[in-house]
Amino acid sequence: MTVSQGGRGCCSHSRRRFLKIGAAVGGGLLLGIDLAAFAAVSDSETTHAPFEPNAFLRIDAGGRITFVMQFIEMGQGTYTSIPMLIAEELEVDVDRVVVEHAPADDKVYANPLIGIQMTGGSTSVRASWEPMRRAGATARVMLLNAAAGQWGVDPKSCEAADGYILHRSSARKKPYGDLVDAAARLPVPQDVALKEPKMFKLIGTSHRRLDTPAKVNGSATFGIDVLIPRMKFAVVAISPTFGGTLADVDEVKAKAVAGVSQVVRMQDAVAVIGVHTWAAKQGLAAANATWDVGTNAWLSTADVVNQLATACQKPGAIARREGEAARVLESATQRMQAVYEQPFLAHAALEPMNCTVHVQPNGCDVWVGTQVAGTARSAVARVTGLKPEQVRIHNHLLGGGFGRRLEVDGIVRAAQVAKQVDGPVKVIWTREEDIQHDMYRPYYYDHLVVALNESGRPTAWTHRIAGSSIQARFFPQAVKNGVDADAVESAANPAYALGAMQVEWIAQEPPGIPTAFWRGVGVTRSTFVVESFIDELAAHAKVDPLGYRLTLLERNSRARAVLELAASKAGWGTKLPRHRGRGIALCTGFGSFIGQVVEVAVGTHGAIAVTRVVCVVDCGLVVNPDTVRAQMQSGIIFGLSAALYGEITLKDGRVQQSNFHDYRVLRMNEAPPIEVHLIESVEAPGGVGEPATSCVMPALTNAVYAATGKRVRKLPLVTAPV
Amino acid sequence: MTILNVNDQQREADVPADMPLLWVLRDVLQMTGTKFGCGRGLCGACMIHLDGEPVRSCVTTVGAAAGRRIMTIESVGGTALGRKVQQAWIDLDVPQCGYCQSGQIMSAISLLARSSRPSDTDIETAMTANICRCGTYPRIREAIKRAAGEA
Repeated sequence: MTVSQGGRGCCSHSRRRFLKIGAAVGGGLLLGIDLAAFAAVSDSETTHAPFEPNAFLRIDAGGRITFVMQFIEMGQGTYTSIPMLIAEELEVDVDRVVVEHAPADDKVYANPLIGIQMTGGSTSVRASWEPMRRAGATARVMLLNAAAGQWGVDPKSCEAADGYILHRSSARKKPYGDLVDAAARLPVPQDVALKEPKMFKLIGTSHRRLDTPAKVNGSATFGIDVLIPRMKFAVVAISPTFGGTLADVDEVKAKAVAGVSQVVRMQDAVAVIGVHTWAAKQGLAAANATWDVGTNAWLSTADVVNQLATACQKPGAIARREGEAARVLESATQRMQAVYEQPFLAHAALEPMNCTVHVQPNGCDVWVGTQVAGTARSAVARVTGLKPEQVRIHNHLLGGGFGRRLEVDGIVRAAQVAKQVDGPVKVIWTREEDIQHDMYRPYYYDHLVVALNESGRPTAWTHRIAGSSIQARFFPQAVKNGVDADAVESAANPAYALGAMQVEWIAQEPPGIPTAFWRGVGVTRSTFVVESFIDELAAHAKVDPLGYRLTLLERNSRARAVLELAASKAGWGTKLPRHRGRGIALCTGFGSFIGQVVEVAVGTHGAIAVTRVVCVVDCGLVVNPDTVRAQMQSGIIFGLSAALYGEITLKDGRVQQSNFHDYRVLRMNEAPPIEVHLIESVEAPGGVGEPATSCVMPALTNAVYAATGKRVRKLPLVTAPV
Repeated sequence: MTILNVNDQQREADVPADMPLLWVLRDVLQMTGTKFGCGRGLCGACMIHLDGEPVRSCVTTVGAAAGRRIMTIESVGGTALGRKVQQAWIDLDVPQCGYCQSGQIMSAISLLARSSRPSDTDIETAMTANICRCGTYPRIREAIKRAAGEA
C-alpha cells in the first residue's frame, strides 16, 4: 500500500516542537515524541496544537534504555532498524535499546505518514527516519549538558560514547544512568544537530536482528501462543457463501463431544467452545452447521470478470491527464492495445487468524498480533458496548502480516464469541477458514490503448483500471474525485515518458466479496500491467526490452541506474540455451527504485522453473543493508508464489481453494538463487517491504515471453485443479 | 491418561487417543513453540521429532506418540547439533516473522543428523515439507550449510 509522503524526509525547521520531557515513573529521563507534530508542516493550526507524545524514549537510573513504539514486528526487521536510528545518535549499542509493544491508542501512537496506529505501506522506517534520530540526539545532548553542569565544564569539551559521557581532558566519565535524573531537570534543547551520514557508525551496517534468538528456540510469542489462566478454546465456522447466514446447528451432538462446553451462534457464523482446540474442532464437525446461502450464492469468478469487463467499457474517474491522449490516438498511424487480468489473492500468512478475548463487565482484554491496534480497540469497544479506554489490546508478534492483519474482522469475530463465553477464550480459525474467509486482494482488470510513432515509441498512453476500491473502505477520506490513489499508484505516475496520458479508475465491487490490501497492492497491480505492456511495445518495435525502457527513462536517472546494474549483473544480452529466457522489470514505488532480471527455464510440457533472480535496489539511505536484502528476497519469493500459483476462485458464491495443496506457495525446491545489489544513496530512505513483490511478477512473465514467445496477460501462470 | 515422553520428561495428558499431538503439546502441555499452520500435514510448521524422525504433529495422534521419544523446538538447545543449527540461524539472520522457523529447524536438525554434509538436493528434499511465507529459503539453505560446516 502506498501513502503520500510529505516532503523527502529532510529536516524542516518550521515544524513545531515534537519532543518534550515527561515524568518517568521511578525516576530517570523520559522523552515524549510527538510524531504527528514532526510530520506536520507549520501552519497556524498545527503550530498551536497541543503536544501529544506518541512514542517514548526512557533511560532509567540503571542505564536501561526502553523505547515504546507503535510499529509492530511482522518479520520486516522494524524492531531492529528503528532502535538503530535511536542508538546511532544516542551513542549506545543497539542491543541496549529494549523495544516494547505500544498499547492500543490511535490518538497517541499514530503513524505520522498515515495518521492512525498502523504498520503497513512500507512506512515504518520512512516515518521514523528523522524523528527517531532526533529523539536519540536530544537525549544525548541532555545527558551531556547534565554531566558538564556537574563537572563545571563547557559541554563542548564533553563527548558521548558507548553509554557514557566523557570529559577527556580531566579523564572523567559517567554512565548515562548516573545522569538521567539531572538531565530530566534540564530544558529540552531544540534543533539538535544530527550526524552527517558519513559519521554514521550503526546506520548502514548489517546489525543482527534483535528478535532472532527467541525465534529459534520456540520462545517467541505470537498471538496464537497466548496462554491465559482458565482460558477456553474456540473454533469458528463462517458462512461458506459470502452474505449467507447460519440456519441450524446440532447443539446436542456438538456438546456430546468430550470437552465441548458451549456452542455460540452468530448471525453468519458458529463457534464451538472446548477445553482445547481439538475438542472444539471435533465439536464443530459434529454440530453439522447448515446455512441460508444468501443472495450471492450464484457468484462465480467469471461473473466478477464480466462485471469488470463491462465496467471497463465506460470512462472512469481521471487519475491522470496529460495532454490530449484521445486526439493523439485518433490520428495515430500505429496503435496497440491489451487487457490484463490479475486474480483474487489470499494472504495465507502462516499463522492462521486467531485472537484471544476476555470480556468482563467493566473491561475487556484482547491478545492478538495486529498491524492496527487502535482500530482493533475501537472495533472491540463497538462489539462489546464498552468504552474504548476499557479495551486493552495486548499486541504480539505477527506470524506474517502482508496486509491481512491490517483488518480487524478476526478480532471482531473473536469479540462476538467471547461476549457469550464466561472467561477468556482463544478463537482459532482453521487454515480452511483462513483461506475461505480472507479479505482478498481484488481481481483487477486493466485495459490499455496506446499510440506509437514510427519508431515504436508511445505518443499517447491510455490506461483504464477496474477493480474493488480498498481505499474507499479503509481510508475513505483519501479518495479524491472518485480516484483510489492507492490502486492507481505507479500506473498514474509511471517512471516512463509515455507521451500524452490518460489514466482512469473504475471502482467495481465484487458482490459480497471482501477485499483488502495485499503486499504492494496498487503498485503490485500497476507494475505487472505497465511493465508487461512496455515489454510488449518493445517486442512490437523489435527493440531490446532493456534498451526500449532506457530510452523512455531519459529523465529518471535512479530508475535507469537500477535497470542498467541489474542487466549487467545478470549478463543481459548473453545467449541462453533453448527454452530459457530472461525478463526485466522496473518498479518505482514506496520511495524506492527496483530493477530485476528473472531467468526461467520452460520444460517441454510447459513447466516453468525460475532459475535465477537478480535484484538491484535503490531505497535511498539504507539503515540496515541486511534487512533490505532480506526484504528483497522475501518480496521476490512472495511475488513468485503469487505470479506462478496464486489464485482464489469462486463457484456458487464460495471460495474453491482451502489449504496449501490448492493455494500453492513456493517451497524451497522452487526458490531460485536471488542476488541482491544495493545502490549507495544519500536520498531519504524508501520503503522495502513491498516493491520487490511488485517487480518480480512482470520480470517473471517477461522472461516466460523471452523463453517461449507466449505473452502472459492473465495471472497466475499455473492454474491448479480445484 | 496418556503418558508421554516429551523432551526427556514424563508428561501426562488426559486426552482422547485420536487427538493430534500438536494440540496436546500446545493446548494441554502449554508448549507453544510447535506451531499450527495447516492442520493437514502440508506446511511443516508443526514439525517435531518422534524417536529422532521428523513428523508433522498435526497429523500424528497422541496415541501413536505414546511410549516414543518426542522432541520439540523447546529442547533443541540441549544438543550440540541443535545449538549449531540455532547459531547458524542467528548468524545469518534467517527468521523474518519467525512463525515457521520452529518447524524449519526441526527439519534441518533431522537432515543434519542423517547427513553431515548435505548436498543442495539433500537440503531441498528434506526442507520441501516446510513452507515459509516470508521467503527465508535462501538463508535456510545457507544456514544448513553453515551448521554442517561446523558440525
